[in-house]
Amino acid sequence: MAIVSTSEFRNGLKVMIDGDPCTIVDNEMVKPGKGQAFNRVKLKALLTGRTLERTFKSGESLERADVHEEEYQYSYSEGDLYYFMHPESFEQIGADEAAMSEAKQWLKGQEMCLVTLWNGNPISVTAPNFVELEITETDPGLRGDTSGGGGKPATLETGAVVRVPLFVSENEMIRVDTRTGEYASRVKD
Amino acid sequence: MSIAPLLQERATFMRAIRTFFAEREVMEVETPLLSTTANSDPHVDPFSTTTQGRDAEGPEKLYLHTSPEFFMKRLLAEGSGPIFQLGPVFRAGEIGPIHNPEFTMLEWYRPDFSMEQLMDEVEDLVTNFVDLPSIERLTIAEAFEQVGVENLYDTSAQQLQAIAVEMGLPSADELDLDWDSWVDYFIVLAIQPRFAHAALFLTHYPASQAALARISPDNPNVAERFELVLNGIEIANGFHELTDATEQRKRFQKELDQRAEEGLEALPMDEHLLAALEKGLPDCSGVAIGVDRLMMLSMGKEQLSEVMPFPIQSV
Repeated sequence: MAIVSTSEFRNGLKVMIDGDPCTIVDNEMVKPGKGQAFNRVKLKALLTGRTLERTFKSGESLERADVHEEEYQYSYSEGDLYYFMHPESFEQIGADEAAMSEAKQWLKGQEMCLVTLWNGNPISVTAPNFVELEITETDPGLRGDTSGGGGKPATLETGAVVRVPLFVSENEMIRVDTRTGEYASRVKD
Repeated sequence: MSIAPLLQERATFMRAIRTFFAEREVMEVETPLLSTTANSDPHVDPFSTTTQGRDAEGPEKLYLHTSPEFFMKRLLAEGSGPIFQLGPVFRAGEIGPIHNPEFTMLEWYRPDFSMEQLMDEVEDLVTNFVDLPSIERLTIAEAFEQVGVENLYDTSAQQLQAIAVEMGLPSADELDLDWDSWVDYFIVLAIQPRFAHAALFLTHYPASQAALARISPDNPNVAERFELVLNGIEIANGFHELTDATEQRKRFQKELDQRAEEGLEALPMDEHLLAALEKGLPDCSGVAIGVDRLMMLSMGKEQLSEVMPFPIQSV
């Protein structure tokens, strides 16, 4: 098991805290004039997304978390699992609901996704920055609700709901920014 | 952006410091950066190198100084009178927004000065560079009262931990620290943030953190040691200097024992310094100022790298 000392702490370093993998998002050495130095560290717990704040005596060590990211192609979902395939090794992995919470509303199949693996198991999946999806339901024409900044809600083929401009209609393909959940443009054939 | 304004600022700063001391008849001195001995403080890690050809057989280890203190005290014991030094010091591993492993230190010694007189002089110097109304003076015990620790010297390590947990300080429930490290923990996590926008001298550190200061003749719990803290950042550390060679040897030994316990490098004791103390160090007070930090505050910057032409990231 790999060990890292406080002097090797860097933003982005993955370490184990109370048995959970975390990524360091901020690390500062603080020191009284003379005496014991400390590292004040902010971490993001990778399983829950929660932010933690910890203080370590400088020189202490933590266990490194075996966490890395890799591109996989989304195949299909069955039961509670979402299956992904590695584009080169064709290895299949299954991600659970917790790992899919952000990404699942944007995926219909074949998308390349960034999968975060801990000890070889997927713990979070990031959808592509942009996806193209068909609108399955939205109010017709121009008489939509104008109170929300001129747009109207539209349901997409994956079930996701986004705000779209009034001129966009049912059965059209649109491009969505998955990082913000916002409409980007229409997709012209 | 051009480097010229920064270089100009630094040159002006250094000149102002030299003028300050010239006017007060404090003499500039230069002492070696390399020494066969090093400060044994377990929280300071010296750089080292080796050389052939002194008088020992084979290569000998030399340390880059972490402060010019020991050599300057040897000069004082030889009758130098009031002296100052302005130059680089080296501390391995200290890297951060306000730490750089190599930095410029201003250190000076005043025979026959009390700690209070020296603090007055530090205040005179610093207010040349930073606009300050006046610098408050608080003992460590008073500063602890302000963050909710009454009677610091009657509070055990366990009780300090309980208070830290109650205050919700990070990792307070998990850390395994001795009394001195809990004091350090409170200083960096409670006291420095509490005074993040203040100018103050923290004085009378616990006797166990005396470093090279003498113990107060009025209160055996505290040492005549002070720090200047501006905006929560330590700028200066000063002592009414310990002159007792026997007591100094004990403190060195205690630090060396602590180094051994923590698995740190064993360092040779500075017998030259101890001999100088035995011969007689005049009653004096001395202080060291982190010049780059002072410059940082004076220029309204937040990181040392903004006031150094070559911070550690670019050497």
